[in-house]
Amino acid sequence: MTTTLDVNGKAVQVTAAPDTPLLWVLRDELGLTGSKFGCGIGQCGACTVLSDGQPIRSCSTPIAALAAAKITTIESLGGQHPLQVAWIKNDVPQCGYCQSGQLMSAAALLAKTPKPTDAEIDAAMSGNICRCGTYQRIHAAIREASGQPATAKV
Amino acid sequence: MNQFFKTPQTTSQTAAPTRRQALGIGAALAGGALLIGCSPSTLGKIMAVGAKHDFGAFGPFIKVSPDGSVTVVSKHIEFGQGNHAGLAAIAAEEMDANWDTLKVVQAPANASAYANTGFGMQGTGGSSAISNSWPQLRAAGAAARAMFVQAAATTWNAPAGEITVQNGVVAHAKSGKQAHFGELLAAAAKVAPPQKPVLKDPKAFTLIGTDRVRRKDSAAKSTGTARFTQDVHLPRMLTAMVAHAPRFGAKVASFDAAAARQVPGVVDVFQIPTGVAVVADNTWAARKGRDAVVVKWDEAKAEAHGSDQLHAEWTALGAGKAPADSKLKWYPFGTRGEAASAASATPAVETTYDFPFLAHAAMEPMNCVAIVDGNSAKLIHGSQIPTLDQLNTAKIVGNLPGAIEIETLAAGGSFGRRANFQSDYVAECVHIAKHVSAQKGGKGRPVKLVWTREDDMSAGYFRPMVHHAVRVSVDKDGYPATWRHRIVAQSLQKGSPMGGGGLDASAVEGAKDSPYLKATPVVDAQAIHPDINVPVLWWRSVGATHTAFVMEHTIDQLARKAGKDPVDYRRALYAKAGANRHLAVLNLAAEKAGWGTPAPAGWTRGVAVHESFGSVVAQIAEVKLENGQPRVGRVVTAIDCGTAIAPDQIAAQMEGGTCYGLSAALFGKVTLKDGAVVERNFDAYRVLRHNEAPTVETYILPSGNPPSGVGEPGVPVIAPAVANALLAMGQLPTTSLPFAKT
Repeated sequence: MTTTLDVNGKAVQVTAAPDTPLLWVLRDELGLTGSKFGCGIGQCGACTVLSDGQPIRSCSTPIAALAAAKITTIESLGGQHPLQVAWIKNDVPQCGYCQSGQLMSAAALLAKTPKPTDAEIDAAMSGNICRCGTYQRIHAAIREASGQPATAKV
Repeated sequence: MNQFFKTPQTTSQTAAPTRRQALGIGAALAGGALLIGCSPSTLGKIMAVGAKHDFGAFGPFIKVSPDGSVTVVSKHIEFGQGNHAGLAAIAAEEMDANWDTLKVVQAPANASAYANTGFGMQGTGGSSAISNSWPQLRAAGAAARAMFVQAAATTWNAPAGEITVQNGVVAHAKSGKQAHFGELLAAAAKVAPPQKPVLKDPKAFTLIGTDRVRRKDSAAKSTGTARFTQDVHLPRMLTAMVAHAPRFGAKVASFDAAAARQVPGVVDVFQIPTGVAVVADNTWAARKGRDAVVVKWDEAKAEAHGSDQLHAEWTALGAGKAPADSKLKWYPFGTRGEAASAASATPAVETTYDFPFLAHAAMEPMNCVAIVDGNSAKLIHGSQIPTLDQLNTAKIVGNLPGAIEIETLAAGGSFGRRANFQSDYVAECVHIAKHVSAQKGGKGRPVKLVWTREDDMSAGYFRPMVHHAVRVSVDKDGYPATWRHRIVAQSLQKGSPMGGGGLDASAVEGAKDSPYLKATPVVDAQAIHPDINVPVLWWRSVGATHTAFVMEHTIDQLARKAGKDPVDYRRALYAKAGANRHLAVLNLAAEKAGWGTPAPAGWTRGVAVHESFGSVVAQIAEVKLENGQPRVGRVVTAIDCGTAIAPDQIAAQMEGGTCYGLSAALFGKVTLKDGAVVERNFDAYRVLRHNEAPTVETYILPSGNPPSGVGEPGVPVIAPAVANALLAMGQLPTTSLPFAKT
């Protein structure tokens, strides 16, 4: 049996069972390995992708729930997205493992709120854990990508 | 065992082991039939077997392409700490290479060519990547540069002294000739490398210490294209998951694989030494299969302690109760003067401190890819100590360690977890791949072992649970006169090839060498190492995770008792101890933070200073209480890490280290209940999040000393700085971490 998904603007047929979390379909079946496995219970955000523009945790969302959704992953940002430019300019990543998820949460934020306040950034980004502690630079990069001056994080 | 991870040039800490000692560790570890009776020098030869590499004209660390671009080979893994940028900059500086086109690649496993000069085997740890490579990469870069200069001199018939090199371009001004490295490559490769290459005067550095030294991997890590072990997909590859025992030390008694085998995609279910493995065509099938295995565990020798019980036992030991196990001994670590008076003098401060088990909780759960074919094996993973992974793999497949091939990938954090003497999850993966390879059609079939977060967090290798008991009396001016100190902590040496005897230096580092003890006339300091079955390990900054807290928080209590300003009180003790670097970073932090001026409304400052891994860090944190919990705002950080190679990455490590330390201080706690781990995922093991992160400002003390550690020294200072701010608010001393009591 197959399921049709809309991933990064393309219709794709996948053979995984309907209860399979989207993350494993993206990674194992579609070869889109930018989204990462971190916790499996939607707590860390490393697997964050967008479903109709909303950030979702792909590790705990079965594909059966996504048949009608437009799914976007880190691979769709293209490398020149203002957030990616700011990420690179600020040397945000350390180990880098969480950064795809961070970027997708930030992309969803800016799409809805082009000039987020510090509090709005805090609220949008607090679902994404970074164990290296790059939060300060993530915050600065989001400010920069949204054309706002740097602020102290707290 | 942490002295195993010490850098060679540390200023006031235990010296690094000699190469011979470190190889001795490896030889003992290797054990088994292959290496019994092996002397360290023979081990080196055995390690070299099968690891013959043609490094090319410029040696193992530098390659030059025909287009003139330079590639620096890093013997150290990059798992966030930014070492690849710094390592590349050292070689590029001496070579005068073009930084913008320079690339960094990861070295293969090779214990002789790529040994960490601090531990005699290939590995990354102890914040030593830059410091141990500093002389090596300077020499490699300078030698390559000299070869290009000589090649140009010969080709252009010009005196070598008139040749200049800049940004990878070799030039002779008088004749107007110039060429990039690639154009001179053939001629340079024929030049004999100089025996003693002439190094630059640091005053002539144009790259080192500048903000031009940036990460080379930010683009890959900002586009999802950086390749981690989790991302490896190979033809015919199977994905494995393992049903692990709920308690440390339990064994498989029996298992029922029927339901697991029914899961579509599951290929095989079998027992391995650490549990029951399920191999499948994809990760989700492996996961469902693993969860469907029914295992009966033999818990006869399983760990059964609970954290509360351990806490009570550690406290009783610290208070002087004789250990029930007569093998346990107290080891002195800095006793001086009339020890009896330390017990009898009236204390100004007498307190105990308790620290819980901590998980490393790296973002990428532990994983490994192994390919076994007969007795040959290849590993693809984030190998922190390739030499140990070679030794442990070799034992399983029955080969010589040097024949084990390792492709080291970027790893999603480690914080110490990926370096252990058992290569725990690596060995588990090799066992599975070996089983697979023995099945029909399984020869050379790649296996990727994936641990879930729960596997990762409940596997142990925790920062040990630690108890300190401290009693300090003071002189007429309020400074320490006698200092009695007891530390109760599991040894990190247990299960290691050294056998676990004696004082574990890592449990007392940071206390033993504290300037405060140096400034105290009478010291009675001892440690004891209870023996339980919970695997423990170094955790980013190791002993300093608890000793920095105890020393710095005790000192603030003493300063307040003496009615002195905590910064002034420290200054006086540093003067007594001759701790000039401590004094310098404290002064720098105090100046930048505006110590002595009022803090912003609603905030209170706390200070702490600590030396680890050869570097000294001072922090002044602005703290307030929200709903009874500390919230940290601005953190001013001053560091003396010797010569600063990559200032922006030093700042990044201070930012990240502070978050890592603050996360543990605020929330970090692994609890055992009847020997089983309670906190098994991020829902229960709370970590610092974006909205809770501070703003860290970093100031680097100018220094002409060789570079020292950066990855770990930023971690241990924030917890006592916060506790000291609470003290300044009039709160009671903090006697246990985490701050959050739930």
